[in-house]
Amino acid sequence: MTTGTITPYRSDMRAGRDGFAQLLHAEWTKFRTVRGWVIGMAAAALVTVLVGLLGPAGTSISCSGPGGQACNHIPPVGPGGVAVTDGFYFVHQPLAGDGSITVRVTSLTGLYPPNGALPAGQGPLAGMRRGTQPWSKAGIIIKESTRQGSAYAAIMVTGSHGVRMQYDYTHDTAGLPGAVSAASPRWLRLTRSGGTVTGYASADGIHWTKVGTASLAGLSSTVQAGLFAASPEYTVTTQSFGGSRSTGGPTQATALLDHVSLQGTWPRGAWTGDDIGGETGANLPGAGFQQAGGRFTVSGSGDIAPVVPRQGLSRTIGDSLVGAFAGLIAVIVVATLFITAEYRRGLIRTTLAASPRRGRVLAAKAIVIGSVTFVTGLAAAVVAVPLVERLERDKGFYVFPATSLTELRVVAGTAALLAVAAVLALGVGTVLRRSAGAVTAVILLIVLPYILAVASVLPAGPSEWLLRLTPAAAFAIQQSIPRYPQVISSYTPDVGYYPLAPWAGFAVLCGYAALALGLAVFLLRRRDA
Amino acid sequence: MRQALYAGWTGMREALHAEWTKLRTVAGTGWLLFAVIALTVALSAAAAAAVKCPTAGCGQDPAKVSLTGIELGQAVVAILAVLAISGEYSTGMIRVTFTAMPRRPTVLAAKAAVISGLVLAAGTIAVLASVLAGRLVLPGNGFTAAHGYQTLSLTDGPVLRAATGSVLYLALIALLSLGVATAVRDSATAIGVVLGLLYLFPIIAAVVADPHWYRHLQQIGPMTAGLAIQATTRLRSLPLSPWAGLGVLAAWAAAALLTGGLLLRLRDA
Repeated sequence: MTTGTITPYRSDMRAGRDGFAQLLHAEWTKFRTVRGWVIGMAAAALVTVLVGLLGPAGTSISCSGPGGQACNHIPPVGPGGVAVTDGFYFVHQPLAGDGSITVRVTSLTGLYPPNGALPAGQGPLAGMRRGTQPWSKAGIIIKESTRQGSAYAAIMVTGSHGVRMQYDYTHDTAGLPGAVSAASPRWLRLTRSGGTVTGYASADGIHWTKVGTASLAGLSSTVQAGLFAASPEYTVTTQSFGGSRSTGGPTQATALLDHVSLQGTWPRGAWTGDDIGGETGANLPGAGFQQAGGRFTVSGSGDIAPVVPRQGLSRTIGDSLVGAFAGLIAVIVVATLFITAEYRRGLIRTTLAASPRRGRVLAAKAIVIGSVTFVTGLAAAVVAVPLVERLERDKGFYVFPATSLTELRVVAGTAALLAVAAVLALGVGTVLRRSAGAVTAVILLIVLPYILAVASVLPAGPSEWLLRLTPAAAFAIQQSIPRYPQVISSYTPDVGYYPLAPWAGFAVLCGYAALALGLAVFLLRRRDA
Repeated sequence: MRQALYAGWTGMREALHAEWTKLRTVAGTGWLLFAVIALTVALSAAAAAAVKCPTAGCGQDPAKVSLTGIELGQAVVAILAVLAISGEYSTGMIRVTFTAMPRRPTVLAAKAAVISGLVLAAGTIAVLASVLAGRLVLPGNGFTAAHGYQTLSLTDGPVLRAATGSVLYLALIALLSLGVATAVRDSATAIGVVLGLLYLFPIIAAVVADPHWYRHLQQIGPMTAGLAIQATTRLRSLPLSPWAGLGVLAAWAAAALLTGGLLLRLRDA
């Protein structure tokens, strides 16, 4: 006996689509159709640009302007496209083609102004005290030309960092440690072969160790090679509320060199002394060289190094995006409302009835608000950076050059920062379900630590910890000029330096956002809507 | 005339009573007042513990250090004040309020009075505890007579002015927030506007290079100007004198309340 099976009823209608794409579409529709939120996002973009312009717009300093302010010195640009300082005393002669130069350094001494400023009305070297700076340097150098900013490779003894090989301003390699003296001299050698310069160091002139190799792109066949001495400015930084103040003065380094031996073609056969960067007053009056037999005494001031931003009339790309703080507050308000408004109006019950998988609802919301914010932030940053930089240049500021990759990172990173902050606000909004509390919590988490670190009574140490541990760490993504160990400066947040690397700082904010979103999903599932 | 005045006064008294009952019976008020005190004291104590004065004349202002927490506590004061009015808008309660008391400026004035009173009370506790924390912690960090610092004490004129001024500062922040919230009605937007006004000025000032423009920004910002009241050392280097700074904040608060009051009269609830 057979029994007929009954086919269950199936509607001819197509099943309703409930995929994630539909969820995204629903959330996008919600965002798009609330006029206040769209206006809020537009306002975020607008204030990002306008507040950025506010800084330079109110500045009355200009090159010929009132107050008799001197025109801002524009530093030369090195081979890597970075702003550099290139001032030193150079005893040189041309080297045609490949060759090498070897010297022995027996002493490095220096003079510095003890109180940071020279006593007025006396001789330029009066009141100077004996002593080298940590990065006073002297040794041998092979340089494309005597033009400031041209490519070079050098090996040197330093005030307190031992033997170093440096090239093209930003590269620095450590060699033999320890200070130089007559009892423990340092032998230095540079060998040029095509575009490659190799540096060697030795304590006795017999046993040599390679310190480093520099490839200098596009080095001409005839280069300038010889001895040099430089000593960076001495700075005293005093920390007080409202930032730090630096006073400083020029210093001088003097080196004794002998056993100069040259290999290769040196067509001129005689040494010339040149005060590189002399027109900027880098060198003190004592600068120069003396040659007695095979012994050279070279004295010079200045530095061969990258320039780093200090307080004053220089600007970085990060400064152009200060308006992002204003945009951030608007974004936080909109992103919080994106969930708290649903709670206030009871719409959340409809939303969760329509798509009961609550985690997916929140994911869709996060993706929609994150993407909208990213696009808005990107548009604002792309407009703000050139506009603000142009106004800054018009006002006589010096704007630090940055590679296009760095610029891309700062601009896209700022947009990403806003987007992740929006997701954080969404998470906190879901957890708290109240607009005012959630908005305040997120602003306090991101903006207040930055204020406490930049403009409050807190000293440098605790300020840096605030910028490591709180979501404010993410502003490291706006740092455009790296920290150079071979340049002494106050690397503080108010001049654009952060304690964490750009992406590490950004990751801290991402961590907070992930935590808030995770807690939000957990609570959304557990609680009644 | 006298009757009208009398009627106005009883209206005010009833309004005050009504506002006090509303604020008293909302669950959040107690917690927010507690948060004002706790967060202010916590940040003040942390700042006092973090700031060291290793040498004579280290340039730090002990009163300002021990009142740093106000920068955090003011945000909670802003929530309290914003919710007092926008909470009514979000639940529709505002229509009941205005039906019962059609004199809208009276309602706003009553709200302002009740909130200021509460904030003054909580602010006094927070500031006293902060100064006490500073008094206990700072000498251990080098703020000693040997380095030219006296023990923090309210009998010292400038310190008393900094402490009283900080309490008044919190009350003015509450009035500013109430005014903004009355004008924009939505709580999230209001709190965003208030915190933007407070926190953006010091950030923009920090990246401004021109010293004149820097001073101007410090002078017009409600937080940067208002907190000048906390300074007890090097008053000459301040962008503006302590009481003038608090006056700038009072002007901001008055302008916000006036705008809020005007819009309240003009708009439908």
